[in-house]
Amino acid sequence: MAAINRDDVAHLARLAHIEMSAEELDRMAGELAVIVDSVKSVSEAAGDDVPATSHPIPLTNVFREDVVGHTFTAEQSLSGAPDAYEGRFKVPAILDED
Amino acid sequence: MIDATLSFEEAMEKYDPVLGFEVHVELNTKTKMFSSAPNVFGDEPNTNVNEVDLGMPGVLPVVNRTAIESSIKIGLALNCKIAETCRFARKNYFYPDTPKNFQTSQYDEPIAYDGHLDIELSDGTVFRVEIERAHMEEDAGKLTHMGGAAGRIQGADYSLVDYNRSGVPLVEIVTKPIQGAGSRAPELAKAYVAAVREIVKNLGVSDAKMERGNVRCDANVSLRPHGRERFGIRSETKNVNSLRAVEHAVRYEIQRHAAVLDSGEPVIQETRHWHEDTRSTTSGRAKSDADDYRYFPEPDLVPIVASREWVEELRATLPEPPAERRKRLQADWGYSDLEFRDVVNAGVMDEIEETIAAGATATVARKWWMGEIVGRAKNADVDPGQLGVKAETIVELNKMVEAGKINNKMAAEVLDGVLTGEGTPAEIVEKRGLAVVSDDGPLLEAIDAALAAQPGVADKIRGGKVQAIGAIVGGVMKATRGQADANRVRELILEKLGVQA
Repeated sequence: MAAINRDDVAHLARLAHIEMSAEELDRMAGELAVIVDSVKSVSEAAGDDVPATSHPIPLTNVFREDVVGHTFTAEQSLSGAPDAYEGRFKVPAILDED
Repeated sequence: MIDATLSFEEAMEKYDPVLGFEVHVELNTKTKMFSSAPNVFGDEPNTNVNEVDLGMPGVLPVVNRTAIESSIKIGLALNCKIAETCRFARKNYFYPDTPKNFQTSQYDEPIAYDGHLDIELSDGTVFRVEIERAHMEEDAGKLTHMGGAAGRIQGADYSLVDYNRSGVPLVEIVTKPIQGAGSRAPELAKAYVAAVREIVKNLGVSDAKMERGNVRCDANVSLRPHGRERFGIRSETKNVNSLRAVEHAVRYEIQRHAAVLDSGEPVIQETRHWHEDTRSTTSGRAKSDADDYRYFPEPDLVPIVASREWVEELRATLPEPPAERRKRLQADWGYSDLEFRDVVNAGVMDEIEETIAAGATATVARKWWMGEIVGRAKNADVDPGQLGVKAETIVELNKMVEAGKINNKMAAEVLDGVLTGEGTPAEIVEKRGLAVVSDDGPLLEAIDAALAAQPGVADKIRGGKVQAIGAIVGGVMKATRGQADANRVRELILEKLGVQA
């Protein structure tokens, strides 16, 4: 992976819905580049015989039987909601998605 | 804004369509993909959820074994290879339909891949559709947009969210680009989605009701000039949720693309929304950098390993494939090839099977579905199964006809009453005072009156012109307001005139 530049940081910030000033973008580009480089050093330690892994423990097939368990009431579901209406979460309309 | 379109014929003359489908199938497991909350449609909002479905901090998903098995069965039925190892990923996006801000979905390692499905078109032609992959994911919550134009996102003031559907297991079936369908593209589109629906219903892994969103189709369409290999730019029409709509949406997009290309403009790569009322699509959302979902392997779930033994065990449980089932049903029912194909094309094979299971004969079931219900569905512009005719209703109506209580004409009238919610057939017959006049007394009076009103007809009948009897039968039916049994009337007239039929 190439070093992280300022445009990459701006793109990520937009995707993550984080507002960043010009100075923050400059600073973060440098800091992230250092972090990415540090992570990259792991690939120097791992040889070709070490497969990429997404989970630290070598487990597979951890399943649950298809049996109904507990549920919340609507009141419980909505108890932490900033706003609700007729048993449903009330959220601002988001216009740029479908 | 109304988009320009070319006629379908002109579009076909100039361009070659390429299709692609993403069909989402909701599994009918008892619980969700990653939580033990019930997978049930139609309950009070936000009651079929627990902390996992609401994406609360610190919760851990656990995979539903039955959902995996159902997914493998779907893969096998689509002639796919089943991955020895696969895993889930996080698809990151911000939208209130997922409270976690990511959807747990398979990405680069689908559970099933490289399959195919042979689709039979209405004239018996078989067209092979290649399946790219079938992968597992979870459904999102349901948003209702409030204020502004009712139900539409444009102009909405706020949205209400119900997470009951959140986490329902989905299998998304993705085709490879479908080339060479030509002018049969719309028909193939409908037949393909119908075939997928039939397969998952037959497997018993989904309720497969399109009107409930159990099977949802995104249709990709692009055009290229005849003879060119490179694909044109595609549009993706989202959530086309009936078989008729799939056919119409593909046809419409072909016509719209053709007009865009003819004008010299490029087609915009975007999602389109299907509108059943106007049978057209409108622009949704152009592809943008918001589509950068930053997939990464789901750290809370471990890989799934489908041993060959497990896959073979599941293969052994697969039911008879739909093509073989059709052959068997046709033989069982004794329909001719043409009769059976008409039934399949009308989309009432399952309904006829249910009606026979409820006690009707194959002939009676076909008579009702093909003779009465398909026409009503066409008039109402819906799929026949969506009219809501129950197998029991047909059996009850038929029993009343066979017992001579009502005639076929009245039965059709009663069916209309059932469909408008007037009640059960028995209640409607009672309420409307429908009954075949079977007592000969009033019939004989009506016959005398009809003979007197049309002097000369009796002599014609006596003289051998038996077909003239129709005029008298007609008069009697009119006098009894259609409540007489026409066959009995005919018998009585002949008896009275002393003529052998």
